[in-house]
Amino acid sequence: MSRYGLRFAALAYLAMLLLVPLGMVFWRTFEHGFWPAFHAVTAPDARSALWLTVLIALIVVPLNTIFGVVCALAIVRGRFPGKGIVNAVVDLPLALSPVVVGLALLLLYGRLGWLGPWLGSHGIKIIYALPGMVLATIFVSLPFVVREVVPVLREIGTEQEQAAATLGASRFQIFRRVTLPAIRWGVAYGVVLTTARALGEFGAVSVVSGHIAGKTETMTQYVQAQYEGFNTSGAYAASVVLALLAVITLLAMTLFRRKEET
Amino acid sequence: MAEPVAAAGAPARSRGVRGSPTLGIGVATGYLSLIVLLPLAALIWQSGKGGSHSFWPAISSPEAVSAIELTLVASVVVAAVNAVAGTAIAWVLVRDRFPGKGIVNAVIDLPFALPTVVAGLTLLALYGSQSPIGINIAFTRTAIVLALLFVTLPFVVRTVQPVLKELDREMEDAAASLGAHKLSIFRRIIFPNLLPAILSGVALAFARAVGEFGSVVLISGNLPFKTQVASVFVFSQIESDDIRGAAAVSVLLLVISFVILLMIGAVRRWATRHDV
Repeated sequence: MSRYGLRFAALAYLAMLLLVPLGMVFWRTFEHGFWPAFHAVTAPDARSALWLTVLIALIVVPLNTIFGVVCALAIVRGRFPGKGIVNAVVDLPLALSPVVVGLALLLLYGRLGWLGPWLGSHGIKIIYALPGMVLATIFVSLPFVVREVVPVLREIGTEQEQAAATLGASRFQIFRRVTLPAIRWGVAYGVVLTTARALGEFGAVSVVSGHIAGKTETMTQYVQAQYEGFNTSGAYAASVVLALLAVITLLAMTLFRRKEET
Repeated sequence: MAEPVAAAGAPARSRGVRGSPTLGIGVATGYLSLIVLLPLAALIWQSGKGGSHSFWPAISSPEAVSAIELTLVASVVVAAVNAVAGTAIAWVLVRDRFPGKGIVNAVIDLPFALPTVVAGLTLLALYGSQSPIGINIAFTRTAIVLALLFVTLPFVVRTVQPVLKELDREMEDAAASLGAHKLSIFRRIIFPNLLPAILSGVALAFARAVGEFGSVVLISGNLPFKTQVASVFVFSQIESDDIRGAAAVSVLLLVISFVILLMIGAVRRWATRHDV
């Protein structure tokens, strides 16, 4: 009996907190049929926001993937002074407020920042432009690949790599044919998390983007702008696009986790 | 086979064949310094530029103090609820069996996959002014707690779940055969084994709650002294060009995050020492 009670309580909590609210957004979006929602997400500003979001993800995800694998190798296999600090700093973006990240970038590259005057005199625009938004997104999505690959690297050890080395394989060959296949599902899982975070980032990007509709507005900022401009149907429709991306992310996560376990 | 020792972290390995990957270490530390450390150094430097004469007034202004207080209290509440609800959900996912469990397990990660601003909007759709069930909590402190519960849901579940899976059922069977009551089995055998995982999950949830912005910004209404949390306070200070006030509170948030990470590291070390 208590078993059913606990099951019911847990499922009810999940339903009321996650699923029913999410269902409401879908229902509100398609309340008046498919076409109003479709027109809302194909408005010029919405299209440009979606493209900007995708563009940022296309820049950030490959960079953080390469860095993530290199950094995980350094943490697991390397021995160097300050390794403990590197390990702690990698986790920092997970615990830090995104607004603080945005402000830190503002105080480095902005008008009043350390590099601001120099950048200004050379005509380089980072804050309120794409580079600042990319830097903010790199910061917040940095830990995911590292954190997924580190445990896998620890698990596989170095015996196979040593065997390959004794058979005369070069370092690159060892990485490509021994290490990489062993960590590939960990990398894939990390890439999915990085992508989800990059597509959904809001706080850090909000500080450095300048919110120019049609220019420096990402999908999440578009949602906020529409909601605050009392265009709730536009906000809901854009949310549904982001929620569908989240569902795809969940499917990929489930698939990759299963692969990782086998 | 199902020894808890198996989960106790990696065994010590011999040195890599290639020795230290020097280039990799250089790339990793360089990238981290450029992306993470340099901006944070700029933040800390700017917040301390006026000396303590400008730092303390900025951080002890009534508006800032009230935002920080609200944030900390809400985060403690959220952490406590997560400790219970997260453990219960992990328990149901590991020990219970029912149709659709795989889907429920996947849904746990939804808050990680869903953009925070969408999470806030989602809660507004059900619990806002146009609520179809007649519950309107928009612009209240309850709404802030609800939003924080949404975004922190996976932390405790995902740290407790693997430990619970590895837990040796034989200990519980032995206790039961000796006549132990269900509750005392949980309290004296299961709970002590789960405690490190619960603690690190709760700490992660707390850290996330303290810094959360996107899910709170729409639903809280951001009324100073009433529903303005620390990160929203920082954001509004930036918008009104009071960089000093924003930087001072940001440094405090940074310190809190760092301390929590150190605590999680300590809990992990303590837990693995217990296992070995």
